[in-house]
Parts: sequence; C-alpha cells; structure tokens
Amino acid sequence: MTNADRWLLPDGVEEILPVQAQRIERLRGRLVDLYRCWGYDLVIPPLVEFTDSLLIGLGRDVDLMTFKVTDQISGRTMGIRADITPQTARMDAHSFVRQGPSRLCYAGHVLHTKPKHALATRTPIQAGAELYGEPGLDADIEVVSLLLASLQALNLPKLHIDLDHVGIYRSLAATAGFNGEQEEAFFELLQRKAATEIKAWVADNISDVAIAELLLALPNLAGDRAILDSAKQSFAAVGAVAAVAAIDELMQVADAVAARFPAAQLYFDLSELRGYHYHTGIVFAAYAPGYGIAIANGGRYDQIGEVFGRARPATGFTVDVSAVNSLALPLDVAVNGVFAAKSADLGQWQAIENLRAQGERVVCGFAGQEINRSELNCDRQLLLVDFEYQVVSL
Amino acid sequence: MTKVSTETLTIALTKGRILKETLPLLAAAGIEPLEDIGKSRKLIFPTTVAGVQLLVQRGVDVPTYVKFGAADMGISGKDMLMEDGADSLYEPLDLEIAGCQLMTAAVVGSTRPPGRFKVATKYVNVAKQYYAAQGRQVDIIKLYGGMELAPIMNMADEIVDIVDTGNTLKANGLEPREFIADISSRLIVNKASMKMKHAKIQQVIDAIGKAVEAKRKA
Repeated sequence: MTNADRWLLPDGVEEILPVQAQRIERLRGRLVDLYRCWGYDLVIPPLVEFTDSLLIGLGRDVDLMTFKVTDQISGRTMGIRADITPQTARMDAHSFVRQGPSRLCYAGHVLHTKPKHALATRTPIQAGAELYGEPGLDADIEVVSLLLASLQALNLPKLHIDLDHVGIYRSLAATAGFNGEQEEAFFELLQRKAATEIKAWVADNISDVAIAELLLALPNLAGDRAILDSAKQSFAAVGAVAAVAAIDELMQVADAVAARFPAAQLYFDLSELRGYHYHTGIVFAAYAPGYGIAIANGGRYDQIGEVFGRARPATGFTVDVSAVNSLALPLDVAVNGVFAAKSADLGQWQAIENLRAQGERVVCGFAGQEINRSELNCDRQLLLVDFEYQVVSL
Repeated sequence: MTKVSTETLTIALTKGRILKETLPLLAAAGIEPLEDIGKSRKLIFPTTVAGVQLLVQRGVDVPTYVKFGAADMGISGKDMLMEDGADSLYEPLDLEIAGCQLMTAAVVGSTRPPGRFKVATKYVNVAKQYYAAQGRQVDIIKLYGGMELAPIMNMADEIVDIVDTGNTLKANGLEPREFIADISSRLIVNKASMKMKHAKIQQVIDAIGKAVEAKRKA
C-alpha cells in the first residue's frame, strides 16, 4: 500500500468535516426536538443486532443492503443496521410493551452495502418517527403532519408531498385476478410507467375490456387532488371495492393535511408503489427542489411486529438527514468565535468563563501562537482594554 | 452533487441520427432550439419556450443525467434503459423513432458449443439476463463497438447487438439468431421532477405524444 491510497475511504463512505458536522448536528437536533414536542420518545437502538430481528419482512432490498458479520460469541449472524425502523418495531413489540399507542423517534447512522441510488452515500444519517398501536387514519394524518412539520423545521422552502395508497393496486390486482407472477410483472412495469411494455403486457394478459382500460390508464392517474375523484369512478366501475375504499382513505388524509398545511403541494400517483411488499396502507414521500430523489419516505406497515410475537398497527417515516444537508438550506449555524491569547491572568480565565456561559465559542491560544483567523474560525478576540477584558474584532 | 433545477425544465437529447428525428417532435410540442444544434459546438441550448433548455450529449449518458436530476427529462434508446436497469426513471412515452431490434447473432451455419460459451457485447447486463433466462451460463466479453469482429476472430461464439437492416451482419458473414427485444427511443422522466413539476412535464409529454400519433397516422 502506498502512502497515496492509505487515506482513501471506501466508495460512498463519508466523513463529515467541521462546518458540515455542525450543520448536520443542528438539523438532527431540530428534528429530535420537534419529535419530543409531539410526544415521540427518543430511542437509541444498537448499531448491530442479529439478522433474525433486523430482517423481518421489510422487503428483500433491506436484506441485500445489510452488511453481515458473524457474532464470535453466539455464532449467529449479525447485521449492521441498514434501516432503523425494524429496530423500533422490535422495541415496541418486545422491549417495552405499551398497551396504548406508542410513539418513538430516533436519529443515527445506517450502513448500506451499496448506495441506495445514484445520489446516495453508503453511510447516511437517518432521523425518523414511528407510531405504533393505532390502526385508524388519525395516525396516518398525524405522521404525515409530523413529516410536514419536520420539513418546516428544516427550513425547506417548498413542501412537496407525494401521497399514495398501496391498497389501490392490491385491490386492482385481486379484481383483475392476477396470479403472483402477473402481479409482480405488472408492478415492475408500473414503477417505470413504461407505456409501450404496459400496452403489450395488457394485450397479452387481460381479456376483460374494462379492466384492460383501467390498467392502461393507471400510469396516468397522477396529479393533484382532482385526479382522485375521477379515479374513484373508474375503480368503482370495475367493482374494485377495496380500491374505492383506499381512495376514500387517501382523500380523507389529503384533506386533513391540506387544511393543516395550506402551503403544502400534494401530489398523488395511484401507480406509485414504494415499499409495496411491506407497506399496507397510506404511503408518502417528501421531495425537495434541488434533489433528484425523495428526501423522506414513510407509510403504514401493520403487522410487522408479528415476528416478535406482537402484531401492532404501525406507521411512520424516515428523513434522510444527509440528503437534506446536501441541499445547503439556510441555517443559523454560528461558527465564528473569540480568540483569547495565552495569559496567566486569572481575570482572563473568568472573562472566558463568562463568555462560554453565554454560549460563546472561545478558543484559547498557546504561547507564541500566531493568529490564523480561518483556521481558528474566530472573528473576534479577547483583549485587556482599560483594565477590563473586552471582546474586540480581530 | 448535481442539483435538480427548480425554475427551468431541462431536456437531455441524444446527439447524432436520433437528434434529427427528435427535433420535429419537440417542435410539434412548441419547443425549438434558438440556434441550429447541428452547427454549434455548444452543449446547452435555450429554446423558444422560456424556462425550457436542451442538453445535447451521447445517448449512453442521457439516463445518467436524468437519474441524477441534472435533467428533468430525456430521450434515450430502450437498449440503454434495459442495460442501465433504469428503475429510478419513468418512461411514459414511446417516440417510435430509431426503431431496431436487440438480437443475438453468430457466424452463418455455426452451432452453439455445449456448456459455457462466450458472448461479445456492449450490453453486458442485458446479455447476462437473457442467457440466464434461457438457462445458459455464458462468459461475457465487454466490447465498445464492432461486435461482428469477435466471432469472426474466434474470440466469441455469439454476439448480442442491435440489428437494424441486418446488412452489417450479412457483410461480415454473420446471421441474426434470437430476438431479445424491440428497441426504440423513449421519453424518460426523473421521478422527483415528475412529482414536483407535474403540470409542466405532463404538458410536454402530451404534446409530444400527439405529435408521435400524428406522425404514425401520416
């Protein structure tokens, strides 16, 4: 190994330098404070645990994204968390059992075997909130509202929220009589809104004219609130009862959220099926101008706790703090401080203590140290003027 | 990191032959470059529509720009999308231009050797998936062009490439064998852009869609 490659970090693995670190800490702090104000209790799950508890049906993707190591003590396989949600689900189901609703939040690093998408690091910092024990729409409305409040707390200039419901496609697949393979194949095409392939696939697989028409229209059932009304009629026409009920749920959540956050731009896409394999109801995501993928994802994932012996209704979301930081939003991060040259005077020490008590950043110099403003990050200094220690500009 | 432009709508185009067929479709949607792309060495072109700009680049790079959100929309061959595994993109419109087929080909009259054999292609992922679906394990040799040479020089047993008229194959003593997929140019859209600039983007998709339909009927 040459000296030149010794300092290299693995692809997609980030170190966060002072200015960015302070920004990220500020973002993280704002989110955790906000969640506390909403009654969400902070938990700190372990970095690593047995894969048996980490990989609990939150999709095949999570399995592939998880680094695994063998536990030298038990011989069992451990995973370094790629997602914190299953850890909070375990906590809710087993570690401290509340009979009523339980609200948890967290913030921390996760590790991914490969970047989740083109823009991602392999060591993102996630913050999130999860609400367990309430099956009703009020829980969905609460977490979507909390996500919007999070975006406001992070100073995002525009609130773009994508609201969807996985029950719509599930119901349509049942009404159309898809077998497992067909459901999966059409799902893949829908994710890409691949018009040509969808047309060919429907022609090959669907004989019922009304259903074929709806399947062909599905990729375009996207836009503002108005599309939900027309979509509801189309689904009612083919007798997809559960889909109609799902659209009703979507409308209720959308209207409640729109009333609370009039500035939010709500977007609906009935063929959007993020996390289709484990979500069970309303799903949502937040987008920010300046970032090509979602900065937050969430949705309902009932019954996940079943593997721990306690199935509970669940919904929540995760904010990608690393992504939000990369947007370079305005934050009141004060980095400058006061430089205090070396002195044996106890009076200076007291002056420094006073400044620090006010939250001021004070850097003490060493004997003979030259003042380098940018390295010290100081724009003022502490000087003895007229027998009194005063802060003057540097 | 590349940023999604907030104000403007950026459309990435493939330069060369496809560009000539693309521009009339964009023109039908009311989007025309302010200068002759063919005569300029620039890479970014403003258009007659305020806030809409065009990027001109190699086809293989278009999905990357759209994926990162550096361009909101793009025009890309289906072959590129298949090779790239373009999960993070929408491809809502078939432009019905630059049509051809993705096929396997081999030396005329040759037979496939038993067991593992060698395939030369620039579509590494597509080839791997195709042969795996056939239950055949193959060794892939990545080439950047002139696939036909590989079987002639005994470097590969088969090739996977796009076939238009089949004349290049014939001229080199090769024949098309198995059909893999129909290829044409697609309009692709970044998922985040679609959600944040839906009205604007849908307008462009609809207008180009109409132009494609009109062209088909003509």
